[in-house]
Amino acid sequence: MTTTGKVLLAGIVVLAASLVSGCGERSQVVVYKSGKYQGKTDTRPWDSEPGAALYTTSKWTAVDKTSWETAIRTRSRGQNEYNRTE
Amino acid sequence: MARMKFLCDAERCIECNGCVTACKQENEVPWGVNRRRVVTINDGVPGEKSISVACMHCSDAPCMAVCPTDVFYRTEQGVVLHDKDLCIGCGYCFYACPFGAPQFPQEGVFGMRGKMDKCTFCAGGPEKDFSKDEFAKYGSNRLAQGKLPACAEMCSTKALLAGDGDTVADIFRTRVVKRGKGSEVWGWGTAYGKPDNPNAQPPKGAKS
Repeated sequence: MTTTGKVLLAGIVVLAASLVSGCGERSQVVVYKSGKYQGKTDTRPWDSEPGAALYTTSKWTAVDKTSWETAIRTRSRGQNEYNRTE
Repeated sequence: MARMKFLCDAERCIECNGCVTACKQENEVPWGVNRRRVVTINDGVPGEKSISVACMHCSDAPCMAVCPTDVFYRTEQGVVLHDKDLCIGCGYCFYACPFGAPQFPQEGVFGMRGKMDKCTFCAGGPEKDFSKDEFAKYGSNRLAQGKLPACAEMCSTKALLAGDGDTVADIFRTRVVKRGKGSEVWGWGTAYGKPDNPNAQPPKGAKS
């Protein structure tokens, strides 16, 4: 293949790639469905490891909802100062 | 487990603004946005009462009902959160909210409104837990650390209670019984619904 042919071939390849790349674009406009949450999904608080953040004193087992609830309930009860004075 | 709830005891609040400061510091909330604030009724008059106000994470949240882009969702713990990426800053939620919770940063020209910001019950938002994005958009995620909201944990007189609704109600009930007054709970009826028949009495012999 001659040099001109190679350049022509390369040009065709680049042109074809640039034309096809447009097909990969996703719509950037949100299609709203009335009455339904449209955003990203959130993780649940008990999914994290208790040690995932600094200064965490509450203890629970990751992914175990019941143990997380127990930890939060214990922490909530700590707000009752009558428990400390009586 | 019941749902997460806030309760402010007006008999105890001393208007120190510790909750406001704690919230600002914990979530690095910008100027002009107050996720929590203290409101005083009859300021300077003997018998004045103060209450700490923020999003009450309503059971039937008006903000959710009016949002044209449906950015709100309720977690399994009853915390009302929103996706800032979809908020268009229309302000409908601000008009709908009985507590004035939704806040709008006004950083641009001509009082242009930014995306809505409000109390998250220190539960972050719809981003990866403890990520930079989550903190920048929604603030701290203390629930995922096994902690309660910073405002309530910082409250020096424990006027502001937060956490599991049953536990919070138990603490408040004990308090009212001990002091013999101040059973009025500000905001609970509006946020969590009123009983169908407030004068109903339990049947004789039934456990209360």
